[in-house]
Amino acid sequence: MDKAAIVGVGQTKYERGKTGSFAELVFEAVTKALADAGMESKDIGNVVTVTNDFWDGRTISCMAVAEASGSYGRDATNVEGDGTLGAFYGLMRALSGVYSNTMVVAHSKISEGSPRAIFNCAFDPVYDRILGLDAISSSALQARAYMKKFGVTEEQCARVSVKNHRNAWNNSYAHVPLDITVKDVMQSPKLAEPIKRLDTSPISDGACAIVIATEEEAKKKKRAKKPIWIKGVAHCADAYRLGERDLSYSNALEAAARKAYQMAGITDPLKQIDVAEVYDAFSYMELMWYEGLGFCGRGQGGKLIESGQTEMGGELPVNPSGGVLSAHPVGVAGLARIAEAVLQLRGEAGKRQVPRARVALAHGINGICGQTHCVWVLSNEEA
Amino acid sequence: MNEAMFEVREKDGLLIHQGYIKVPHLWAAGEVASRFYIGLREKKILGLRCPKCAMVFVPPKKVCHRCFGELSEWVGVSDEGTLETFTIVHYSEPVLHPMKAPFAYGIIKLDGADTGMAHLIGEARLDRLKEGMKLKAVFREKPEGNYLDIKYFRPVKGASHG
Amino acid sequence: MARRTAIVGVGQTYHKSKRKDVNGQELINEAVKRALDDANLSLKDIDAIVIGNMDHFEAINYVDGWSVDGSGAFMKPIMKVTTGGSTGGTLGACGYYHVASGFFDVVMAIGWEKNSESDTQAAISTCADPLVERDFFAGAIGPNAAEYAMYMKDYGATEEDAALVAVRDHNNALNNPHAHLRTKITVEDVLKSPVLCWPIKLLDSCPRSDGACAVIYACEEKAPKIAPKPAWVHATAVSHDYTYFGDFDWESMPTLEAVATRVYKRAGITKPLQEIDVMELYLPFSTNGVIWMEHMWVCGRGDAPKLVRQGVFNMDGELPVNPSGGVLSTNPIGATALIRIGEAALQIMGKAGARQVPDVKTAMATAFGSCYWFEATILRSTKP
Repeated sequence: MDKAAIVGVGQTKYERGKTGSFAELVFEAVTKALADAGMESKDIGNVVTVTNDFWDGRTISCMAVAEASGSYGRDATNVEGDGTLGAFYGLMRALSGVYSNTMVVAHSKISEGSPRAIFNCAFDPVYDRILGLDAISSSALQARAYMKKFGVTEEQCARVSVKNHRNAWNNSYAHVPLDITVKDVMQSPKLAEPIKRLDTSPISDGACAIVIATEEEAKKKKRAKKPIWIKGVAHCADAYRLGERDLSYSNALEAAARKAYQMAGITDPLKQIDVAEVYDAFSYMELMWYEGLGFCGRGQGGKLIESGQTEMGGELPVNPSGGVLSAHPVGVAGLARIAEAVLQLRGEAGKRQVPRARVALAHGINGICGQTHCVWVLSNEEA
Repeated sequence: MNEAMFEVREKDGLLIHQGYIKVPHLWAAGEVASRFYIGLREKKILGLRCPKCAMVFVPPKKVCHRCFGELSEWVGVSDEGTLETFTIVHYSEPVLHPMKAPFAYGIIKLDGADTGMAHLIGEARLDRLKEGMKLKAVFREKPEGNYLDIKYFRPVKGASHG
Repeated sequence: MARRTAIVGVGQTYHKSKRKDVNGQELINEAVKRALDDANLSLKDIDAIVIGNMDHFEAINYVDGWSVDGSGAFMKPIMKVTTGGSTGGTLGACGYYHVASGFFDVVMAIGWEKNSESDTQAAISTCADPLVERDFFAGAIGPNAAEYAMYMKDYGATEEDAALVAVRDHNNALNNPHAHLRTKITVEDVLKSPVLCWPIKLLDSCPRSDGACAVIYACEEKAPKIAPKPAWVHATAVSHDYTYFGDFDWESMPTLEAVATRVYKRAGITKPLQEIDVMELYLPFSTNGVIWMEHMWVCGRGDAPKLVRQGVFNMDGELPVNPSGGVLSTNPIGATALIRIGEAALQIMGKAGARQVPDVKTAMATAFGSCYWFEATILRSTKP
């Protein structure tokens, strides 16, 4: 792929019950990203907004944020899906030769709607929507299938929650930093077994924006901040119906990771990747995603977390930001993973910095039980 | 039509308007799903077979996602099957949930089918649910032409557990 | 560096008001299969898929994931784009950029809608801001009616001028086996049809349809191997400038003028009436087919009625508009603008059957939606 870089990022604080409107949240993130990139709004090449009509309670939800995202007087478009997908489309547009850069901005206010009913709308109205499944109950089916097959324990999943909530203390954007123990997680109320309250992500509002630039544009100005080079991106969708998938292993993630790694020249992810931000909507998911990403063998996710290698200070710290377990504005969360990876590679991650990080992975999911996965490999080294 | 404003609250000196949107829908099931539901009326469960992939899909669907072939070979499958995975739900969502918590969802592979179907588990001791156990469909007395014409799946009494 | 990209295949359903025999995924599958057949490709040749519809019409969240059986996206990359009525234009651009970026060689864009499954106006009304505009939002008809009423007053245009557009599009549809409405009508029929919102009458308005369309984009190396006459994408442009209906200027149509200016500049067009051979325009109302010609710089302000009356935009005129029958004949909203692109491509590819305009070298397709957002695409028979 041709070279392109992320030259600016901006995030709002993630929290519940934000009083800003969609446009105000988007404006905040976009303004921050522009400042971060040393750009003014007139420098924006084109815009990709990431919105969802259901979460916003508004058809043509992109309309509400078009002006705030900088789309006035220029080409703009809208992806409905996770921010990692929107960013990928933004990258494609930047590489098309028509624009020098793309502003990608995602927003959501999950606390405004009825999240369970909204997620239930992802199920097939002709068949199983009427069962009333939502994100938690459907993910629980996947969690159990995974854990049962490989003997992964609830305690191992709980470690993910402990790690990520603790990491969140170092991230001023995070919604839910917590000092908890495995015991706290185990004793938290059961939601849908084996998922307990402290295994789930919070209901968060917020926005995130990134600026993707062509090589020429990224190098044009004498930038105070290092451009972060995009080395590989890929996404892949599994079967739709849960009964048609192998719920114990994500084939779609493996396929996406393989393609992104091939583009980026990654053959040994655990060694070559210095930091990873993955989409842990539930604690068990982080373990499953370790396996699909090739950080460990199939079924070995529980062992990997126990080894400490994905903790801060370990071989491959995962989710220094606190991850999705600490902040979950749906649709934004994948873009936030990319933004966090950028901060790491710039050395701007403050207390959550992984020292000397040169290669980062960012990951997002979309649909029921992570039907679609999108994998990004970034580096602060151009070559 | 859609009422935008219902109730106005205040937080930090800012107003918060509450409202809801109502967009009614009427989904066409299509010929394939219609036939499935007509089968359920007669307490028969039908699937569609993909000859190329040698797979029977339950519930049936017109196109095989693996080979993209159009399916037309209807197959009757058993109303009994195996529990592949499950969860016990402890929270309440009265608008969504057909049963009161705690209750269980499962993925059940019926004998003769090659895919699992998500559904409810009823008449069961929740603490005795196990992967591999045999379940049987319980049909609704008065079918309405939807997925809950199977009320739930119940454990087969006397069957040996996996 | 951009890769040259062309459209190499188009497929669509036979659009109808209600397709009760199929659910949404099955509807999508029909269009997909026809596009693959048209291009003589199989699913394994498709590297990525993009899909779009207007969510509130079907109330299915994460349509990209839901669609895999119909769209063929199992173990492929798929993403969803949506911008309301202009979704089809957004889809076409998305397919194009997937290929032009160099990431994918052959990409399929799918637009679909089962409008019969919902209350269209209720669904559309939720696009208006809930705090300041939704309560009195009049749906799509009101603003368009007001627009033409002002134009009639300022330039002496008549209801007959709009009726001529309606007659043109409806009668063109007789040549298009895929069109939803295929009835021969006269100006008198239009003028006598019930008034919806003066001066717009029933036969001046678009229907709602169930339908799907799939368009296949391919890179420079592969396109000529797939299609004997690929339709090369020369330019796309978008104008999504407004959020509030109250902010818009009905008389100058700034978004349409901006998008036309931008797309012509990118495609090197200075005299659209002469340089473009056929246009597939997103005209939801016949009145748009009068006024909007001026805002697309086809003629000067106030001149459009004269050109309409002279038949300049008829099949045998200098610039045929909507040989397919346009939106007045067929309107599955998520697909509608993609059908414009597909039809424009068929014209270049020489595959438009009975609705073929002879010797098409340059074609234009437009998309329209929500708060007066427009998209435009220019296709040519030669490479950019």
